[in-house]
Amino acid sequence: MTAKNQRLTLVLLALAAVAAAALLALSALGDQAAFFYAPSDVARNGLPLGKAVRLGGMVEAGSVRRAADGVTVHFVVTDGRATTPVTFAGIVPDLFREKSGVVAEGQFRPDGAFVATNLLAKHDEKYMPPELAGKMHETKTLEQ
Amino acid sequence: MPSLHAFANPARFLKIARPLTPVLFWLGAVLVAIGCWAGLTQTPPDYLQGETVRILYIHVPAAWLGMGGWSGIALSSIALLVWRHPLAAIAARAVALPGAVFAAICLVTGSIWGRPTWGTWWQWDGRLTSMLLLFFVYCAFIALARADADRGGDGRVPAVFGIAGTVLLPIIRYSVVWWNTLHQGPSIGLTRSSIAPAILWPLPIMLLGFSLLFGAIVLMRMRAMLAMAKSEARLRRMATV
Repeated sequence: MTAKNQRLTLVLLALAAVAAAALLALSALGDQAAFFYAPSDVARNGLPLGKAVRLGGMVEAGSVRRAADGVTVHFVVTDGRATTPVTFAGIVPDLFREKSGVVAEGQFRPDGAFVATNLLAKHDEKYMPPELAGKMHETKTLEQ
Repeated sequence: MPSLHAFANPARFLKIARPLTPVLFWLGAVLVAIGCWAGLTQTPPDYLQGETVRILYIHVPAAWLGMGGWSGIALSSIALLVWRHPLAAIAARAVALPGAVFAAICLVTGSIWGRPTWGTWWQWDGRLTSMLLLFFVYCAFIALARADADRGGDGRVPAVFGIAGTVLLPIIRYSVVWWNTLHQGPSIGLTRSSIAPAILWPLPIMLLGFSLLFGAIVLMRMRAMLAMAKSEARLRRMATV
């Protein structure tokens, strides 16, 4: 084996090790690196009580109710398998709407409801001019 | 690799790089100007985001070139370590600065887009954090490569760092697929795009324009570094006489 081939082998091995490291990082971090809990994560693993967490999912169609005080909004977050009722008092982001993605920051209550201190709208990967989109707006899942 | 070693001679490289630099620069500048004009005036707004969508014409090419720049550093590093290509160390150093600048442009434009769209300037989600890490890794590479060159190194230490840093590229790419993140999933794949054609079309123009500008900057920096090395060698020779 010439010195050059030896170096080439070493570099290829290093690249394979780097790729393996990336795969390990991606899979091992898994849930740790998740930005938010989905309602079905909570249903499966129990309520993360007493700490600030994020809850993400789709705002269920027809679930948004605004309270009489004008600032409190109630809605239901769903991921298709489980749902969580959310309460938030404050200014909602422009892109907050039904059948669209949302990430709520706040805490779970013991009864399973979620009290948000901040709302983030999650945008999906679709970009359309208004005349194409019409009045239809729907994001199917957050996996997209 | 005979094709690569055709440019091993700096004189031959300069003979090609010198006329190529202005061609890449002006072609890139014209394409970026066309892309900006088209993106700002000729495309419709998005049905949800409104006019904010136009940031993608800067943000997406900057993100791709930020990652593409590191691929260039990795390839140069391999060429240096395996074939001892004499221009590889200079090429890696030349790519690092514009790569870091494009990564920074990606982060800043993303933040500006995130405020009206998500309702936040910054969140520590997988995509945003891994892209910020790439920017820091660029900064570290720039410092390391400069230190190595200053003390007369042959660039092998930064080259090892350049290969190790590629670990971030798949993490950035797949962060939005493997983890749930605030950042949306990929809109553009090899064969499909979920961006409507009416909005999408200036993007390839911008991507090509930015790439040509990137190439022009890399050539300028490589020429400047070669000239610097030459003048230093001449000074050293004069000092010893």
